[in-house]
Amino acid sequence: MEYVSPEGLRLDGRRPMEMRQIRAEIGAVSKADGSAVFEMGNTKVIAAVYGPREVQNRSQQLSDKALVRCEYNMANFSTGDRMRKPKGDRRSTEISLVIRQTLEECILTHLMPRSQIDIYVQVLQADGGTRSACINAATLALADAGIPMRDLVTSCSAGYLNSTPLLDLNYVEDSAGGPDVTVGILPKLDKVTLLQMDSKLPIDILENVIQLATEGCKAIANYIREILLENTKELEYRRGS
Amino acid sequence: MRGIQLQLSQTQKLRLHKALEQLESLSSKVNSDASVTIADSIPVNHEDGVLKGHGTADLDGEVVATLCGVVERVNKLVYVRALRSRYKPEVGDIVIGRVVEVAQKRWRLDINYSQNAYLMLSAMNMPDGVQRRRTALDELNMRCIFEEADVICAEVRGFQHDGLHLQARSKKYGKLSTGQLITVTPYLVKRQKQHFHHLEDYGIDLILGCNGFIWVGEHVEARDDMIEDQVNQSDPQVLSLEEQEKNYTSLETRKYICRAANAVRVLSTLGFIITLEIIKGVIDLSLSANIDIHDMLGSEFCVLVAEKEAERRSSNKKRR
Repeated sequence: MEYVSPEGLRLDGRRPMEMRQIRAEIGAVSKADGSAVFEMGNTKVIAAVYGPREVQNRSQQLSDKALVRCEYNMANFSTGDRMRKPKGDRRSTEISLVIRQTLEECILTHLMPRSQIDIYVQVLQADGGTRSACINAATLALADAGIPMRDLVTSCSAGYLNSTPLLDLNYVEDSAGGPDVTVGILPKLDKVTLLQMDSKLPIDILENVIQLATEGCKAIANYIREILLENTKELEYRRGS
Repeated sequence: MRGIQLQLSQTQKLRLHKALEQLESLSSKVNSDASVTIADSIPVNHEDGVLKGHGTADLDGEVVATLCGVVERVNKLVYVRALRSRYKPEVGDIVIGRVVEVAQKRWRLDINYSQNAYLMLSAMNMPDGVQRRRTALDELNMRCIFEEADVICAEVRGFQHDGLHLQARSKKYGKLSTGQLITVTPYLVKRQKQHFHHLEDYGIDLILGCNGFIWVGEHVEARDDMIEDQVNQSDPQVLSLEEQEKNYTSLETRKYICRAANAVRVLSTLGFIITLEIIKGVIDLSLSANIDIHDMLGSEFCVLVAEKEAERRSSNKKRR
């Protein structure tokens, strides 16, 4: 199948290096300590953060740092075919783990000993790149909850189809079976915290694809930063003195 | 941006927008670039020496924020004051908590902090007011004082090796009843000299806990009715009619409690600071505009409060 037309347009009309439209909103869940909605094109994810709070299971309590937990869930209505998925299937367990590890790395857990932070992410609409969208949403939610972090983690995916590197794959491109590289970076520190790939890719091209995904991450980071700054300013002026 | 989740009509939207814009213009002159987000570098003068406070970290010699908030500078100290976050206790704060568990010689309280707080049996006045050593019998009778899910007012005593400890060594602290507990984010409550308020006009008590738990309840006279109880303890089961009358909260008071509670809720949805004066202002506004208690949470009143607040702040500014 042709994923990039001779004119250089993708199936949804984007250029190869073009990202889908992103939109973020802070404060979607009123009872949570922090929450956010993040959209990348048709992919829509909601994240809620509870904590730092008392550890529910005493045996898991860590005396020198906070316990971070993450639960990823995909709504039944999020995909084209409505399927009832058992809770805790392999895919969601793996993504939960990935998100948890990526975020735990940047949260300053040593500042909140003997407590627990719960992150719940739910996919409302899935159109490829749910993993990256979840990480971005969770970062925003953590920032909203006032949890100290080293840096904002942002994530973006890139692929390689029809011998063209493509940024931010959608569902159709994702299910083509080609390589799909998900990168998560700390933009300020300029470090990679997450790198995953499905399928195979020649080593010289991999570098280009990672570079492309990193650029995407940086663009997302700029956007998230703007949103957060605007939110902070608004909270401050509304509060008054 | 944190949107206000209310159904607003077009005109209400415009009015709210205008009021919020006015608020923005009022504050922007004071500190325009003090807001930072995570990983923003904070400009500092390294020659004078810098003390890095809360919410900051060091990165290649640069001072970097680790929180979203407002940069505050006190002499050499640079720190970031977080806005929305959990409560950070300070010694002497007045807090309101809910009992989670009755444990050995102590109660565990939820005070919106990252851990539960402890209130030791020995750190509070006995209900009979007698100063003595706490015996095993007192320990067994702990549930008579506070039970699970009771709402309690106490003071932060400090950190001990096993966590945060509270104390309640005064008549004004203790169990709260006949009222409502409202939870708001802690940054909206400012630390002040006085956190216990009595609104004489309405006959209600208002306690602004530093941890964002706010209590609105029927006025209790100095809270030393416990001594009276002691006298009547000979036949505690049989309550005289008079006493039942006394325990009954009048409808008028109940209405005022709800009104005050809704005033706090409106302020919390709008994200305005919560102080006695502002709450009083909102209650008066609702009374003068003849708004029903349940309508106070509606969009119209929300817009009214925003406009009123903009007016109040601008007049405060002019006076200065």
